Amino acid sequence: MNNSVTNTVRLLGAGLRALLVLTLVTGVIYPLVVTGIAQGLFHDKANGSEIKADGKVVGSSLIGQSYNLPLKKGQETPDPDLKWFQGRPSNGLGANSVNTQYKLILSGATNLSADSKVLIKQVGDARAAVVKDNSVPGYAVKPSDVPADAVTSSGSGLDPDISPAYADLQVHRVAAKNGLSVSAVERLVKDHTEGRTLGFMGEPRVNVLELNIALKDLVAKK
Amino acid sequence: MSPELAGFLQLLALIGALALAYIPLGNYMAKVYSSKKHLRVEKWIYKAIGANPDAEMTWPAYLRGVLAFSAAGVLFLYLLQRLQGVLPGSMGFSSVNPAQSFNTAVSFVTNTNWQSYYGEQTMGHVVQTAGLAVQNFVSAAVGIAVAVALVRGFARSRTGELGNFWSDLVRGTLRILVPGAAIAAIVLVACGAIQNFSGIHEVGQFMGGSQQWNGGAVASQEAIKEFGTNGGGYFNANSAHPFENPTPFTNLFEIFLILVIPFSLTRTFGVMVGNVKQGYAILATMVTIWLGFTVLMMWTEFAHHGAALQAAGGAMEGKETRFGVGSSSIFATSTTLTSTGAVDSFHSSFTGLGGGVAMLGMMLGEIAPGGTGSGLYGMLIMAVIAVFIAGLMVGRTPEYLGKKIGGREMKLAAAYILITPALVLVFTAASMALPTPPHSMLNSGAHGFSEVLYAFTSASNNNGSAFAGLNANTDWFNTMTGLAMLLGRFLPMVFVLALAGSLAEQTPVPVTAGTLRTEKPLFTGLLVGAILIITGLTYFPALALGPLAEGLA
Repeated sequence: MNNSVTNTVRLLGAGLRALLVLTLVTGVIYPLVVTGIAQGLFHDKANGSEIKADGKVVGSSLIGQSYNLPLKKGQETPDPDLKWFQGRPSNGLGANSVNTQYKLILSGATNLSADSKVLIKQVGDARAAVVKDNSVPGYAVKPSDVPADAVTSSGSGLDPDISPAYADLQVHRVAAKNGLSVSAVERLVKDHTEGRTLGFMGEPRVNVLELNIALKDLVAKK
Repeated sequence: MSPELAGFLQLLALIGALALAYIPLGNYMAKVYSSKKHLRVEKWIYKAIGANPDAEMTWPAYLRGVLAFSAAGVLFLYLLQRLQGVLPGSMGFSSVNPAQSFNTAVSFVTNTNWQSYYGEQTMGHVVQTAGLAVQNFVSAAVGIAVAVALVRGFARSRTGELGNFWSDLVRGTLRILVPGAAIAAIVLVACGAIQNFSGIHEVGQFMGGSQQWNGGAVASQEAIKEFGTNGGGYFNANSAHPFENPTPFTNLFEIFLILVIPFSLTRTFGVMVGNVKQGYAILATMVTIWLGFTVLMMWTEFAHHGAALQAAGGAMEGKETRFGVGSSSIFATSTTLTSTGAVDSFHSSFTGLGGGVAMLGMMLGEIAPGGTGSGLYGMLIMAVIAVFIAGLMVGRTPEYLGKKIGGREMKLAAAYILITPALVLVFTAASMALPTPPHSMLNSGAHGFSEVLYAFTSASNNNGSAFAGLNANTDWFNTMTGLAMLLGRFLPMVFVLALAGSLAEQTPVPVTAGTLRTEKPLFTGLLVGAILIITGLTYFPALALGPLAEGLA
């Protein structure tokens, strides 16, 4: 009995020492070396691909933002600022609840099921809003024109992109609200449309933040 | 180009890349586990452990090494989380509560990486890099070590010796996982994944104001998270988060990382048993199932059945624009047919059938191609069962790779395949029967049941993906999924190592005209059939209540 206890303790000791040595290799040296190389070779990307407009950091090209008007009194959700291109819904984004000294955004999806009544309502409401917001005099949006990404929340809630179809659908509205010609805004969208990588990877997309920065430039030049 | 065609081409590109890596990586791994030489740094490590790397171990000794190392891992990771609040480098994150610490410690040590916490608001730098990421490496190395021990059981005869656990652990980590992950991490950073220690900082926004963001060693953790089939995300959104998986290319690259070791291990197996054709037969079985599931998943997701998805005009709920439906579907089956559980899109919002395919992938026992190591040993157990069934048909004592499959071997194999279904079904039934656990369900009806079934399927099979609607951060789910993960990892390992020991002792029987040729397509067909029938019979009633009911409604 005594013998087996000693053996177990010895074995656990060996396990613990193995863990500590391997922690040194994989938990200290490995991340530090990778960080060193990453910071040296890809400094901007390793730090979040931040982009600037007018000399100020306005976010990351990889992280979606909201383009809303300030919250009015008595309002719970702000209205979108229709001057700017709008990204996808993000109903799955959470708010910080554990480490409350920070105001962190919690990435995430709605996780609502394909037959969920809540999701059906979210999709329906989003479609109605997209149709209403984007129908301007001389350009009526049909509900069937609205692409799927415009009415669904992404996996991260931070999707930086929209489909070219959703960007095209917003062109008339954005042109009208900013006093620009439709063709100028159309060109802007076309210039910011990224095709599939090597022609087959992923889906074509438009980065909303980059598009809005270019739009801001265009408005300023007007 | 249509999205369907693009999805198909991505699948082809992935298969091409895996095929290119198969022979070099498989041969290399065989060399790693057969070589007599130790690197200098490895000698230092053995000295620190106090182990003789050349001492051969019998199966009980090998198992004791596995258990001692894993127990130390659980304990260390538990304490690290409990003490987070007072440790330096924690960015002000507080200590994690006991139930969640237990759950998370077990989860990462068992290669499950089930997460009942939100990464970005719970874990600081120290726990992430020195705790969680370390287990991403070593739990994968333990899995491969056990698989290699089983392969040695087939390859060796008239001995009880299965190799040395410490040597297999250290070599797997140092010679395979660390170099592979380092290269992969740099590739990910080059594409936009972040890698810094800047902590939480303010970033200005387009409309004015600012947001607070987590920095962190994300790329280095992401690389081993996929390469070691772990799956625990730095951020809550896992590989859907643009900082973990920034581009369509990184998405395919991460799928490649998930699959490359499990597939290539069949080559390692073939080389080590001295017949690479045996490895091809196992590979063919894995590929058949993986490809079938992936095509089925793509079909159902593109068809987007389900009222909400029909209303949206596409299955884009929970999916990222840059990946789209095709690439997300490949990721979903690859992560659930291995023990990974990372997600680039949220399975709970897939079509009813798509969610069912993901769940069935785990229920197969994650053997096509399965986790690092655990996939190979799981598949070899199924091969033992398949030759036994074939033996019954012709009335001949079954044998596999020259080893007789007798009563003892069959009992161990049967115990192996019974343990996970028993865990899944008992824990699910208990959760549904008790009054409070069902309160954790987000959706109601068939989908709500699927959430619970998915949770225990994921935990018992050491997958870690979730129908994330379920609120799993309750004492009940933290404790019960923790137990399911522990039992689902280590009981099968006991049976695998016992089987390895019993095989290694045998004298090989010569191949005769009556021997079932296990390197032929006929056997691959038999094996695929055995896997599908056994899993189907085991889980059909539970699947009928959940995903099937939802998919057919």
